[in-house]
Amino acid sequence: MSHDRTPTDWSSPVMRQRIARRYAAERRFRLMGLGAVTLSAGFLLFLLVTMLSGGLTGFLRTDIALPINFPASPVMLEPAMLKGPNAQQALANANLPAVTTAAARATYGDKGEELLSDSAWVAVRDALLKDPSLLERSAVIPVPAASDIDLAHKREGTAEAEATVARLTEKGALSSTFNLDFLTMSDGTDPTQVGIWGALKGSLLTMAVTLLLSFPIGVMTAIYLEEYAGRNRWTDLIEVSINNLAAVPSIIFGLLGLAVFLNAWMLPRSAAIVGGLTLALMTMPVIVIAGRNAVKAVPPSIRDAALGVGASPIQVVFHHVLPLAMPGILTGTIIGMARALGETAPLLMIGMRAFIATPPGGVTDPATVLPVQIFLWSDEVSRGFVEKTSAAIIVLLVFLLAMNGIAIYLRNKFETRW
Amino acid sequence: MASTASTSPNISAPIKMAAQDVNVFYGDKQAIRNVSIDVGMDEVTAFIGPSGCGKSTFLRTLNRMNDTVASARVEGRITLDGEDIYSTAMDVVQLRARVGMVFQKPNPFPKSIYENVAYGPRIHGLANSRADMDVIVEQSLRRAGLWEEVKDRLQDSGTALSGGQQQRLCIGRAIAVQPEVILMDEPCSALDPIATAKIEELIHELRGKYAIVIVTHNMQQAARVSQRTAFFHLGTLVEYGVTSDIFTNPREERTKDYITGRYG
Repeated sequence: MSHDRTPTDWSSPVMRQRIARRYAAERRFRLMGLGAVTLSAGFLLFLLVTMLSGGLTGFLRTDIALPINFPASPVMLEPAMLKGPNAQQALANANLPAVTTAAARATYGDKGEELLSDSAWVAVRDALLKDPSLLERSAVIPVPAASDIDLAHKREGTAEAEATVARLTEKGALSSTFNLDFLTMSDGTDPTQVGIWGALKGSLLTMAVTLLLSFPIGVMTAIYLEEYAGRNRWTDLIEVSINNLAAVPSIIFGLLGLAVFLNAWMLPRSAAIVGGLTLALMTMPVIVIAGRNAVKAVPPSIRDAALGVGASPIQVVFHHVLPLAMPGILTGTIIGMARALGETAPLLMIGMRAFIATPPGGVTDPATVLPVQIFLWSDEVSRGFVEKTSAAIIVLLVFLLAMNGIAIYLRNKFETRW
Repeated sequence: MASTASTSPNISAPIKMAAQDVNVFYGDKQAIRNVSIDVGMDEVTAFIGPSGCGKSTFLRTLNRMNDTVASARVEGRITLDGEDIYSTAMDVVQLRARVGMVFQKPNPFPKSIYENVAYGPRIHGLANSRADMDVIVEQSLRRAGLWEEVKDRLQDSGTALSGGQQQRLCIGRAIAVQPEVILMDEPCSALDPIATAKIEELIHELRGKYAIVIVTHNMQQAARVSQRTAFFHLGTLVEYGVTSDIFTNPREERTKDYITGRYG
């Protein structure tokens, strides 16, 4: 029962029109994709420019040249006292803050010390430690400027501060140096004296706890569910629960951490161990889901091959399936850890928003983490904290990039070429 | 219903494996009905039959690879040297070392050629030293007819070899654990004629050292390589006998129709 069809005219106008429409559709789609990429690149560029322009000055410090005539000053020190193990003690007894204040008044007038940061005497101390012979002559030591002067020098400050800066610049007393203290110190009240190290170390410790818990448990869970557990109502229930856990808002994990780790287990408040435990709960479902997909994607023929030469189920998993699934598992781990690194809400619930001025010594010491530090600084009244906030964001992003870089390196190392 | 008639294949060789009244179910579906068959030592036994007749399924019951399929259920008795392989006393991992398998699609591990062969002996502790292992690898690859082609690049990936070489590597991998029986599940179906010829040649050479069971779609292949042929149809064993008899003088009408190309 074949109907005779008229032969197709491949060059008819209708055909041509169809071809033209097809080409137009291809072009349209390509342009849309290109537009989307351009738009997101633009946003990224805008973000980077804003943050770098606002934050890079946070790594700089304005110094004021402070001339001190040590022999004439009331400092009670001999160069000999600065050699040997008692140097620190001798410096602590030397009343350097008073010396610094006196020198500031002598050079910059009655309220000269207000131009300087409260920690200006530390710079004097360090200079003396480095070169005790300064005590025998008069010297010019660059010391950190007060926050409003610092701000007025770098960008814009109050009219009064701007005038002072103009006056000081004329004298050639101002200079900018790299603010190493920002990388080595912790939270404080004076924006010229705060540092990110405490929060960075807190983040490192918290991430270490998170990774050490969530990675092995997550991977084992994925393997068990994929390779060992049968398919029944219970495993379906577990699967649904894990998928839901991955979508639970993070603040709820914080509440759980508060109820279980702090109230029931009596773990120390605002410690990295509790933060790490809480974030591990959050990260685990992500690793389990990624791990299951990666294990599922390993070709069954590899399992057959290993079973065929007499490998036991556990040998099949650990010798063959896991290595092949590793790149996929690591991708999921990167995503989960990156999310955990940037997490603030659950950590607020377990007290990691405390003011902590010393870096944590271990996982049980009070600590804070980078995103919480950023949140705290963005909330400060003093304007000097604005650039510190941006600078802390830059540190957080660099940390994130470093972490992802390591994970991508590992993933490529594990990747098998077929 | 099922014809289990032709299980007296005047087997002269000593019996290596024996199946009695084997039924295999996938869930509610019965894939194998009352199959009884003896596999002779030092012989090549071919399973032929149309697609879906259960020959591969039956082959996989011989080393319990069907255990990995959750819905599969095996009834009946299968013995290796008189030992019931489905009894609780039988260690399935050791069984699969004694009854090796080569699969339809070459499936080397994505590791080096050396590693592919060394893996089996290593997990079973068959080599005492690195030098021992080198010997095992060389011997196995020689027996698989691959040594001359790969001896200078043992550290290259096994997956970088051609399809035929990969399949011979898989045979070498199976040989390396010194199995007593080798099961081959359509080992040439993914290969070109030249690679197929090489594998057939290899089967000739391996004959006498191992009991070999080969599933094939290709009747000429069965005629060329096997001493004994079993014809499966719709999950039953229709006829089993000396290969030349099956091909020249089949007793069953269905066998005759199949080998003369009436269906299949």
